[in-house]
Amino acid sequence: MTTAIAAQPRLNRRQFFQQFGLLIVFLLLCLALSLISDRFLTGDNLKNVLRQSTVNGIIAVGVMFVILTRGIDLSVGSVLAMSSIVGADLLQRGWAPVPAVMVCLLVGGVLGLLTGLLVSQLRIPPFIATLGMMTFGRGLAFSVTGGTPISSFSDTFRSIGTGEVLGIPTPIIIAIGVFLIAYVLLYHTTLGRFMFALGSNERAAFVSGIPTRLVLLSVYIFSGALSALAGIILIARLNSAQPSIGEGYELDAIAAVVVGGTTFDGGEGTLLGTLLGVLIIAVLNNGLNLLNVPPEFVGVVKGVVIVVALLLHRALR
Amino acid sequence: MEPLLRINNLCKSFPGVQAVTDISFDLEAGEIVALVGENGAGKTTLMRMLSGAITPDSGEILWTGQPVTLRSPHDAQAIGIRMIHQELALLPNLDVAKNIYLGHEPHGAVPGTINWQAMYRQAAEQLQKLDLDIDPHTPIRNLALAQQQMIEVAKALAQNAQLIIMDEPTSSLTEHEVETLFSNMRGLREQGVTIIFISHRLEEIFAVCDRIIVLRDGQFVGSEPTATTTPSKVIALMVGRTVDDLFPRPRNIVGEPILEVQNLAITDPAQNVSFTLHQGEILGVAGLVGSGRTPLAETIFGLRRALKGRIVMSGKELNIANPAQAIEHGIGFVPEDRKGQGLFLSLSVGSNIIVSLMRLWSRYGWVQWPKYNEVSNRFIDRLGIRTPSAAQRVRNLSGGNQQKVVIAKWLTMEPKVLILDEPTRGIDIGAKAEIHQLMRQLAERGVGILMISSELPEVLGVSDRILVMYEGALVAEYDARRTTQDQVMRAATGNLEAKGPRNDSKSTANFVV
Repeated sequence: MTTAIAAQPRLNRRQFFQQFGLLIVFLLLCLALSLISDRFLTGDNLKNVLRQSTVNGIIAVGVMFVILTRGIDLSVGSVLAMSSIVGADLLQRGWAPVPAVMVCLLVGGVLGLLTGLLVSQLRIPPFIATLGMMTFGRGLAFSVTGGTPISSFSDTFRSIGTGEVLGIPTPIIIAIGVFLIAYVLLYHTTLGRFMFALGSNERAAFVSGIPTRLVLLSVYIFSGALSALAGIILIARLNSAQPSIGEGYELDAIAAVVVGGTTFDGGEGTLLGTLLGVLIIAVLNNGLNLLNVPPEFVGVVKGVVIVVALLLHRALR
Repeated sequence: MEPLLRINNLCKSFPGVQAVTDISFDLEAGEIVALVGENGAGKTTLMRMLSGAITPDSGEILWTGQPVTLRSPHDAQAIGIRMIHQELALLPNLDVAKNIYLGHEPHGAVPGTINWQAMYRQAAEQLQKLDLDIDPHTPIRNLALAQQQMIEVAKALAQNAQLIIMDEPTSSLTEHEVETLFSNMRGLREQGVTIIFISHRLEEIFAVCDRIIVLRDGQFVGSEPTATTTPSKVIALMVGRTVDDLFPRPRNIVGEPILEVQNLAITDPAQNVSFTLHQGEILGVAGLVGSGRTPLAETIFGLRRALKGRIVMSGKELNIANPAQAIEHGIGFVPEDRKGQGLFLSLSVGSNIIVSLMRLWSRYGWVQWPKYNEVSNRFIDRLGIRTPSAAQRVRNLSGGNQQKVVIAKWLTMEPKVLILDEPTRGIDIGAKAEIHQLMRQLAERGVGILMISSELPEVLGVSDRILVMYEGALVAEYDARRTTQDQVMRAATGNLEAKGPRNDSKSTANFVV
C-alpha cells in the first residue's frame, strides 16, 4: 500500500505543507492566546472551546462536501433553525427524544434534498438556490412559531448537549463520530471520490459515467441533515429553540472550510484541513471572549485573522 | 531597407516538448503572410512569442532593425504588434467607439476626463479608413461577427498597429463575410500594414496571402510565394514525411460485427448514417470540422439523442440515454476536448485512471483501494505514462501523457468498442506514435475502434477502413490501403464526381489540414 492512490488519503508533500502550515497557524494562535491570557490554557477552558466548536464543526463537514463539488451552502443556519424547531415542538408534545431526533434529522435532510433538486435538476446556481432556502427556511421558522421560543426539554434530551461520557462532553463525541464517518465517506466510498471528481470537472465526470446529479443531490442532503444534527446539540445545550437560532452560522462554517484549504474551484480539500479550520475559528472566538474584546469589535478581529490565516498558510505551502 | 520584423533563431521549449526550434524569417512592411503547419507544429507558440504572451528561451526579435524584448502583450502593442484572437476580446454591451478606444480614451481638458466628442469623431474616421459603414454608437452585440472582427482591426489601427496577427479569423464567418474581410485585409496592405494570417484553409490562404511560411515539428521548413507554389506543395511541406514511416501497418484481421449504426440522423432528420464496426477493426472517420463527426460519436456514447435510427451492438439494439449506460455496454469514449471533458486536472493520475472503473467494480459503494492501485499502476506501466507516481496530479503531466491517462481510463474497463475523437491532437510526435501503436494492439485483441481525426495521414495510416462524412452524412467509404489522401479529401469536400487521383488544387485547398 505504499503507492498510488492509497497514498491519497494520506498526504503528499504539497498537502503536507498545506496542512502543516495550517497547524502552525493554529499553534501560533494558541501560543499567543496562552501568553496573553492565563485563563486560556486551562483544562476547563480547552474543554469549553472544543464543546463550542462542535456545532460549527458538524455544519462545516456538510458545507465542505458542498464546496468540494464547486457549490456553496448559505442555507445551513436556516435549515438548523427550521429542523430544530420541529424537533423542539415534537418534544413539547411529549415525543421521546429518539423519534424526535430522527424526525429532526429527516426535516434537515428533506430541506437539503429540496436545495439539491434545485441545483442538480433545475441547474440553479448553488449560491442562488441556497440563498433562497436560507430565506425560505428562516421565514418558515418564524411563521410556524409565531416568533416565540420553545423551551424546557427533558433531561434525557438535554444530556445530548450537556452530558458527558467518561468525562468527555457528549457533543464532542458526536462531532468526532461525524468526522470519522465523513473520513470514511470521503476517502473510502465511491460517493466520496465522485464528490472530488465532480468538483474537479463536472463535464468529465458525466462523460466518465459518474451519476453527477445523484452526487450533487447527496451533498446537499448531507449538508441539511448535518445542520439538523448541529441544531439538536445546540437546542439541547440551550434548553430552548427559537426561530432566530443559528443566524449567521453559514459564515462561520464557510470560513472554517475555506481556512482549512478547500478551494472554491472544487475538487480540492482535505477533511483534516476542515477540522483545523474549525478549531482555529473556535479558538479565535474563545480568545476574543477571554480578552474581553467588545462584541461589536469581534467581527473586525475575526475577519482580519481569517484573511491572515489564509494568506499565511498559502505562503507556507 | 530593414525589414519590418526579423526573427533570428527563436527557440522555446516547455516541459517535455521542444515547441519551437531555431526559427528565423523576415516580414516586410505591407505584406500578407500565411503561417501554416499541422497541429503542434509551433504556430501558436511562435505567435505568442511575437505578441508578448510568452518569452523565447533564446534567439532575437528585431523590429525595424532594432532588437526588442517583449515581456508582455503591452510591450508588443507599444511597438505596434497586435494579435487578434479567434475568440474576440470585445465588450458586447459597449458601443463601437468605446471598444475601439478602450483604455486609450482621448483626454478631455480636465485631467482624468474623457473627450467623448473627439473619441466618436476619431472612431468614425477609423471606420471610414476601413470602409466600414458602421455607426460608432452601435453596441458591439448588434454587429455581425465579421463586423466585430473588423472592429478589432480598427482597435489595433487606432493604436498604430503595424503588424496584425489574425488567428483563424475566418473560422466562424460566412463565405460572404470572408470576402469582406479579405478586401479589408488587402486595403490594409495598401496602407503598409503587415498581416500574419493563420488559417487551416488553404483555399483562403491562396486567395489573400502573398507568401506562405510553413512550420513542421517546431521548425521553419519553407517560405513559398503563393504566386509560384501549389496547395499540394504546401501540404507536402507541412506533412514532410511519408505515411509509412510513422504508422504501424494495418493488419486487417477483422472479426464479427460488433457495432451497427443504422439510418442514424443526428442533427437533421434527413440524414441517414449507416455503418458497421467489426471486432478488431480500426474504422477511421474523416471529414471537415463541422461535418458531424463529433456529434456521431457523442450520439453513440449517449451524450446526444439521435433524431432517428438504431444502434445495434452484438445483435442487440441499444437505447443509450447517458454515458453511464454506454459504459455498462462496454463502449468507451476519448473526447476531443481533453481538458474540458476527459480529465480531472486537480486529481491524481491514479484517480483519473480508475474513476470510471470505480462505479463498475464497487461493492456497496466501497472503494477497493488495493485493487484500484494495482490497476492504475498496471496501466501506467502498460501505456508508458511518464509520471513520478500515480499520486502525481494530472495537471503536471505533458499533453501526450495526459491523453494516455484518458485512454487508460477507458482501457481499465476493457471496452468492446472504443471511440477516439482526435486522439492525437496537440501532442508530440513520439507520444502520437505510441498511441497509434496502442490502438493497433487493442484492435488485435478484438476491440472495435472508431477513430475520428482531422489529420489525413493519421486516418490513412492507422485505419483499416475509412468513412468520410460531409454535411452530416456519410458520403464515402474506402479501404485504407487502396486510397489516397487526395481521394479522401475530395469526398470530404463534397467533390465526389471527380474520378482518379489527380492534383486538384481546389479540393486539396478546401481541406482543413
